[in-house]
Amino acid sequence: MGMVDLSSDFCGIKSPNPFWLASAPPTDKAYNVERAFEAGWGGVVWKTLGSEGPPVVNVNGPRYGAIHGADRRLLGLNNIELITDRDLETNLREIAEVKKRWPDRAIVVSIMVPCEEEAWKAILPRVEETGADGIELNFGCPHGMSERGMGSAVGQVPEYIEMVTRWCKTYSSQPVIVKLTPNITDIRKPARAAKAGGADAVSLINTINSITSVNLDFFAPEPTIDGKGSHGGYCGPAVKPIALSMVSEIARDPDTRGLPISGIGGVTTWRDAAEFIALGCGSVQVCTAAMTYGFKIVQEMTAGLAEWMETKGYETLDNFMGLAVPNVTDWQYLNLNYVTKAHIDQDLCIKCGRCHIACEDTSHQAITSMVDGVRHFEVMNEECVGCNLCVEVCPVTDCITMEEMVEGTDPRTGKPIRHDYANWTTHPNNPAAMEAAE
Amino acid sequence: MTTESVRDVAAGRLQSADYLANFADLHAPMTPHEAIVEADRCYFCYDAPCMNACPTTIDIPLFIREIAAGNADGAAKTILSQNIMGGMCARVCPTETLCEEVCVRETAEGKPVRIGELQRYATDHLMERHTAHPFKRAAQTGKRVAVVGAGPAGMACAHRLARFGHDVTIFEARPKAGGLNEYGIAAYKTPGDFAQRELDFILEIGGITVKNETALGRDVTLEALSDEFDAIFLGMGLGGVNDLGLEGDDAEGCIDAVKYIADLRQAKDKAALSIGRRVVVIGGGMTAVDIAIQSRLLGAEDVTICYRRGREAMNASEYEQELAQTNGVTIRPHLMPKLLERGADGAITGIVLEYGEAGPDGKLVGTGETLALPADQVFKAIGQSPVTETLSNAGIELEAHRIKVSDEGRTSHPKIWAGGDCVRRDDDLTVVAVDHGQRAAQSIHAALSR
Ligand SMILES: Cc1cc2nc3c(=O)[nH]c(=O)nc-3n(C[C@H](O)[C@H](O)[C@H](O)COP(=O)(O)OP(=O)(O)OC[C@H]3O[C@@H](n4cnc5c(N)ncnc54)[C@H](O)[C@@H]3O)c2cc1C
Ligand SMILES: Cc1cc2nc3c(=O)[nH]c(=O)nc-3n(C[C@H](O)[C@H](O)[C@H](O)COP(=O)(O)O)c2cc1C
Ligand code: SF4
Ligand code: SF4
Ligand code: SF4
Repeated sequence: MGMVDLSSDFCGIKSPNPFWLASAPPTDKAYNVERAFEAGWGGVVWKTLGSEGPPVVNVNGPRYGAIHGADRRLLGLNNIELITDRDLETNLREIAEVKKRWPDRAIVVSIMVPCEEEAWKAILPRVEETGADGIELNFGCPHGMSERGMGSAVGQVPEYIEMVTRWCKTYSSQPVIVKLTPNITDIRKPARAAKAGGADAVSLINTINSITSVNLDFFAPEPTIDGKGSHGGYCGPAVKPIALSMVSEIARDPDTRGLPISGIGGVTTWRDAAEFIALGCGSVQVCTAAMTYGFKIVQEMTAGLAEWMETKGYETLDNFMGLAVPNVTDWQYLNLNYVTKAHIDQDLCIKCGRCHIACEDTSHQAITSMVDGVRHFEVMNEECVGCNLCVEVCPVTDCITMEEMVEGTDPRTGKPIRHDYANWTTHPNNPAAMEAAE
Repeated sequence: MTTESVRDVAAGRLQSADYLANFADLHAPMTPHEAIVEADRCYFCYDAPCMNACPTTIDIPLFIREIAAGNADGAAKTILSQNIMGGMCARVCPTETLCEEVCVRETAEGKPVRIGELQRYATDHLMERHTAHPFKRAAQTGKRVAVVGAGPAGMACAHRLARFGHDVTIFEARPKAGGLNEYGIAAYKTPGDFAQRELDFILEIGGITVKNETALGRDVTLEALSDEFDAIFLGMGLGGVNDLGLEGDDAEGCIDAVKYIADLRQAKDKAALSIGRRVVVIGGGMTAVDIAIQSRLLGAEDVTICYRRGREAMNASEYEQELAQTNGVTIRPHLMPKLLERGADGAITGIVLEYGEAGPDGKLVGTGETLALPADQVFKAIGQSPVTETLSNAGIELEAHRIKVSDEGRTSHPKIWAGGDCVRRDDDLTVVAVDHGQRAAQSIHAALSR
């Protein structure tokens, strides 16, 4: 894999690969961070620092809740942990020491102090002195800190974001990354505010407000602390789709287009990372995957990404960064003349019948279950609307595929296959289109 | 040198700890962790092939989903509502030729969902914890039904009838109820007196009286029963095993395998059972495999199953044949018993077999070539014979020596139903007997409700 170069330059912050550990327990102290660097991580965002003085305290009961898939595979993690509960001086000293020992790795320092200019003015020079590569403003933490007017309480008010970002640009010469909360209706607004305040980049997503389960003995949310629970922040594989969507919104918004993005949320394998980068991210950050499997997973990530880039002929991350952005569009511009039908590979089919019952009970009654008295699953093209549900429920990879109809007549609609492009904006059933035509 | 000096039949061949280990559970019960992991493998198939392959049509995807969702007792109820002997069936069903054979994960990766073990997990969970019987009796109907034989067919029929509110009296020839569950199934498939525990569980429904040591034909007549009861169900199973048709069939050392297994099952101390050093088993079914394996477990050194046709024709499944082999049993196909060799005292010392092959018409013919195997014991396991004289005398139609019945278990006599091994339908399996019993109960209930 000699020709592939994984190194990344993210708004001036250099790292040997784009895989950073997100600000969280894995980056809480020198011990963890050095183990991570030994394992091969390209960078870290140090666990969020607070102001000088007595540090925050965490609960002494359970902090995590989770959603599991088959075999207790962890799919979604929920936490009620706060920012670092270690003394500021200790953290600053360790950051300086680690940076000295690992000059080629990226160390970004996450900060969350009260929404007052003095507080930011006080901490920023201290952080800069450590020799760290940049700062990340934690406007995302959805629990605990937000009750104190920090974290997502700031992240949900674009004016505050702009204001605090501007303070940071004023009192620090380092690159400023603004970490966004997903607990908001339109992610473009805080991103625009960050840019307006002078941010060098945004990172997203932080965790999502969540209650993962309710304990049916205590009738309280999990994790339950002495009979009570509080919402936490959700992360892990389950949040990746939300993160990708939010990243794409910012990447294609004319106001923020080109603003560097560090993609966060459910990155678990090289493929997840490649997807974030394809949507315009310059680096990715990982928390849950490391917390589930340990630091060694980065070896799969770097090897997998390099291998894929090599087969695709990409030499650097820039070669494919953002390539998917132009293909994210609005529903109304999707081509309504594009017709697909599901197709079942009978050699791969194990006859579980899930495709049939899904289509039969909940979709378009387009898959047989019995043909000539024999258990047999086959798509009836005259009923199939091409929705893809069967593909998603089939337990066998690639057993059902969606095939494009390239010629002839769609047996369902009786309409000939057309090769031109036509979307909803001009469709006769669209009242708006009718009006426009009149 | 006389042949007697080599004959070696002895009890107590092993240390007592070995007996305990040898006759312990064939499969250790699943732990909760194993059960959840395995349950997660089920695809919850539509019109599930496994369910259709189950003679009692247990809703397998549903009960497995209930286990996965942490509701093992609910899973057990799903099972027991279709098959009240779900616990025994989980232990003794040849799942490799029933549900698990057609599991789509067998198709997908050659590893079916372990349905039988999951079924055991669920039924054990409920039976070990339940405080009340999971089924309620309907209001009493005042109708009375006689059941002959307390095997799986009779017990399943009785339970279903009792649920419908009818009163049932079971007439059982043996000192203990349970049929082959108690006297026949291999000891390592049902340790811990499970047959009697399950029986007690079934009787919890109420309305069932069991009269042990009361045989039809000896202690009661069919006529008397049909006078006294509104309906009769016959579930008498089969009688002793067939003879080899050779001289010496009843010689010392030439043994009915089913009878021997009954003694083995009843033996408090397995060390008291006499077993030969060299054992030959004649037959190719479950009984042959069971006696062969259990001979090995009792300490026999050299155990050979001789079957007259090819291995593929054996009634014992591939899995059972493998189980025999891993237990050190040799299986020799294409061998037909020809001559029993006996010593001066008349006891068995060996057997001569002739090689056989399929003739032009498919019938088995000897090749003339023979093989002599020394043996201290020869076990006969070539099928049990029906005991049907009393029945044909009572005017019940037979077919190939068994009772002729309709799909719902009706005999030619309007008041009499039958099921299980004694009828001419389906395979001789515990689960099939349960199905027959329950079907007949349904039909009897319909007839009595008219
Ligand atoms: C050695 C052996 C091993 C087996 N292993 C398995 C196995 O692993 N898995 C499996 O699925 N199947 C197995 N089978 C088959 C299974 O045991 C039978 O198919 C099943 O028990 C049949 O049930 P049944 O109720 O019809 O008969 P039985 O279980 O034979 O019960 C009949 C009952 O009727 C009683 N009876 C008989 N005559 C009279 C009378 N005149 N009056 C009153 N009562 C009477 C008998 O004493 C007995 O209790 C095995 C069979 C044998 C012989
Ligand atoms: C236990 C825990 C603590 C976290 N603490 C912080 C924090 O102090 N600062 C911060 O910016 N994000 C924090 N996060 C959020 C992560 O940095 C990250 O944004 C989120 O977990 C999504 O990434 P993932 O899906 O890879 O876990 C925390 C997450 C977890 C699980
Ligand atoms: S694509 Fe949709 S409509 Fe077509 S067969 Fe599959 S589930 Fe049915
Ligand atoms: S879901 Fe897939 S494997 Fe199952 S029947 Fe349908 S095509 Fe076959
Ligand atoms: S066939 Fe296998 S996977 Fe399908 S429902 Fe039955 S046990 Fe589950």
